[in-house]
Amino acid sequence: MNTLIYLIPIALFLGALGLAAFLWALKSGQYEDLDGASWRVLDDGDGKPEKD
Amino acid sequence: MSCCAAGVEGALEIERAGQGLPASEELWLASRALGDGLRQTDLSVPGVHCGACITTIEGALRKRPEVERARVNLSSRRVSVVWKEELEGRRTDPLEIARAIRGCGYEAHLFAAGEEEGDVLLKQLIRAVAVSGFAATNIMLLSVSVWSGADAATRDLFHWISAMIAAPAMIYSGRFFYQSAWNALRHGRTNMDVPIALAVTLSYGMSLHETISHGAHAWFDASVTLLFFLLIGRTLDHMMRGRARSAISGLARLSPRGATIVNSDGSRDYRPVDEIRPGERLLVAAGERIPVDGCVLSGATDLDRSVVNGESAPVAVSVGDAVQAGTLNLTGPLTLEATAAARDSFLAEITGLMEAAEGGRARYRRIADRAARYYSPAVHLLALLSFIGWMLIEGDVRHAMLIAVAVLIITCPCALGLAVPVVQVVAAGRLFQGGVMVKDGSAMERLAEIDAVLLDKTGTLTMGEPRLTNAGEVDPGALATAAALALHSRHPIATALHEASGAAQPLGGEIREIPGAGIEAETSDGVYRLGSRAFACGGAGAASGQSEAILSLDGRELACFRFEDRLRPAARETVEDLSRLGLTAGILSGDREPVVAVLARRLGIATWRSELSPRGKVEACAAAAEGGHRVLMVGDGINDAPALRAAHVSMAPATAADVGRQAADFVFMHQSLNAVPFAIETSRRAGRLIRQNFALAIGYNVIAVPVAILGYATPLVAAIAMSTSSLIVVFNALRLKGLGTAAAPESPPRAAGLRPVRSAS
Repeated sequence: MNTLIYLIPIALFLGALGLAAFLWALKSGQYEDLDGASWRVLDDGDGKPEKD
Repeated sequence: MSCCAAGVEGALEIERAGQGLPASEELWLASRALGDGLRQTDLSVPGVHCGACITTIEGALRKRPEVERARVNLSSRRVSVVWKEELEGRRTDPLEIARAIRGCGYEAHLFAAGEEEGDVLLKQLIRAVAVSGFAATNIMLLSVSVWSGADAATRDLFHWISAMIAAPAMIYSGRFFYQSAWNALRHGRTNMDVPIALAVTLSYGMSLHETISHGAHAWFDASVTLLFFLLIGRTLDHMMRGRARSAISGLARLSPRGATIVNSDGSRDYRPVDEIRPGERLLVAAGERIPVDGCVLSGATDLDRSVVNGESAPVAVSVGDAVQAGTLNLTGPLTLEATAAARDSFLAEITGLMEAAEGGRARYRRIADRAARYYSPAVHLLALLSFIGWMLIEGDVRHAMLIAVAVLIITCPCALGLAVPVVQVVAAGRLFQGGVMVKDGSAMERLAEIDAVLLDKTGTLTMGEPRLTNAGEVDPGALATAAALALHSRHPIATALHEASGAAQPLGGEIREIPGAGIEAETSDGVYRLGSRAFACGGAGAASGQSEAILSLDGRELACFRFEDRLRPAARETVEDLSRLGLTAGILSGDREPVVAVLARRLGIATWRSELSPRGKVEACAAAAEGGHRVLMVGDGINDAPALRAAHVSMAPATAADVGRQAADFVFMHQSLNAVPFAIETSRRAGRLIRQNFALAIGYNVIAVPVAILGYATPLVAAIAMSTSSLIVVFNALRLKGLGTAAAPESPPRAAGLRPVRSAS
């Protein structure tokens, strides 16, 4: 029972972390060009991401 | 990556590089300032379709010193370029950017204004899905612990944690339903969102009450999971409407945004089209569209009037002739006097007609809305009756309330909310693979109901591009000479000539184009002329129809080239397929009667009408609708646009005029016409699946509702029942993917000598 005091907040925190990561990715436009992204993986550029 | 357009078709594209680029001023007007001397321009590049295209375009742009950033968006086929306003004290010419893209072999257009609002709602919806998903999974985990026997204190703790997770999630994710339900109630209506909002709120309230009074059951999981599933449906539905539209506007060609005005003191000004007043003098270069209705003051040219009558053959105009807004100036520069402001011009009249024709379609109610009309009052009534019933039997308010909530939750249109959008998204994906884009989910519903098809002639049944028919009869040398001359003209017939001959050697000597007549070249052999018979042979012989061109040397006829508009691929099969599907086909054309009659006979179409104005086409559609028919209109031109709007549902090829594409519900990307029966079949299948899904959802209710009314629905049962019904509906929709794809139109042929496929493939 006592372990729950730690485990539940930890579980919720990790879940919230995932949610925050998703929202951040959405906000930074990573879902705007899904077709393009699948091609860009194959592109051997200089390795630096292009800012947008 | 051989799939890429750049290598194979580059040569031809670059040849045409002079045409169609937006003007420098226009680009400047359309760019937006970002501050710090930076501006951003978004261009539509319909030709990009793979990784190599991205690298080519971005590489070429980044090499330019004025370009700060460039990024290609493959999904919407656009490129956004951020560039410096000034470079070393010199004003940047944005045309150079467009030219750089053109230089890699891609067409670049500005897209129509007002379509870049960005999909704010979609982002909000996705965020809401994420939040409700997070809340649902966590609450479900806690609930599982409760169901598996957590005792009093632990259970209360878990319930409290669930309540705290659920509250913000419900406010954040549920606001779409609350707003919509409130709007409906305020106007004295109910919709699908009313029972949702009610069920979610009541179940949360009851659960909170239970938690406070240390009850054994709480319904937090049910209310949040419900929101989660419904939001998925809502998001898919929204994507269905939004996605195809952006792809279509990505193809949008430019209509004139402004024009060069000659002031009374001779100075020139570039002004937006809205600010042009009647009486002003305008300069229209060859290759530009006429911005407003006007009268020719000086110059002579050929006009492509296909926007007015749908005909592909150009018409010669000279001083004193009236010209309509939107027609394309093909061969010579013109000075015009504007006779109408933009809002009174021909294009505005077409817009007016389109708005007037809108009524028929606005009355159409989507299947989901129609279902909601009966469903939502029924659900409310059922919940109310079970509350009253249990009150009468037991007299226990709390228990009766619990059962009423259970009824509301179980009957919540979760599966119904998913039934339509899931099928439509899957069907739209299938259509997209077959090269057909859908603008709106209701378009598929409407397409499944049609019983007649009306087709436009030029540009729909035919390609709208003349083709040389007697290439075998003429001397190859003469053809080569003619093609070399034709290289210097943008006249459709000239384009057809040099496509027919393949690679043409440039001709030495002085070459000039005489607008409205033809091309003349002074070479060491003598004077070559290519054009109408009157022009080439010095007035000898009567001028015949538009569809021939004569090559002459010093007035002596060397060859006569005859042209014909060719049928769109698979036109005949399409007409057969349509009758197999039980549909009658007809032709509505603006072209002359004999031409239409010949085509109708060739295709075996019995009903046809010719020489129709845009208004005439609308009236033909309206007459069919009054006769109880539901009509699919297939057309491409601006002159078809009002009819496309007036018909029950409409379709246009990707090569259609901008307005035509905007007006149509479906746009097909490949050249072949069998996209039409393919879309009809897919829509009918989608319609069948939607009805099956409704049957499944209702069948589920028939089983689950009695259980809930009798009071056996524990939270576990409710949650499982709800999820199962949703999943069944989703799996049923996915069956559409597996259905045979035999009817899908194959990709366009890329045979040598054909012109490059303009649309994305």
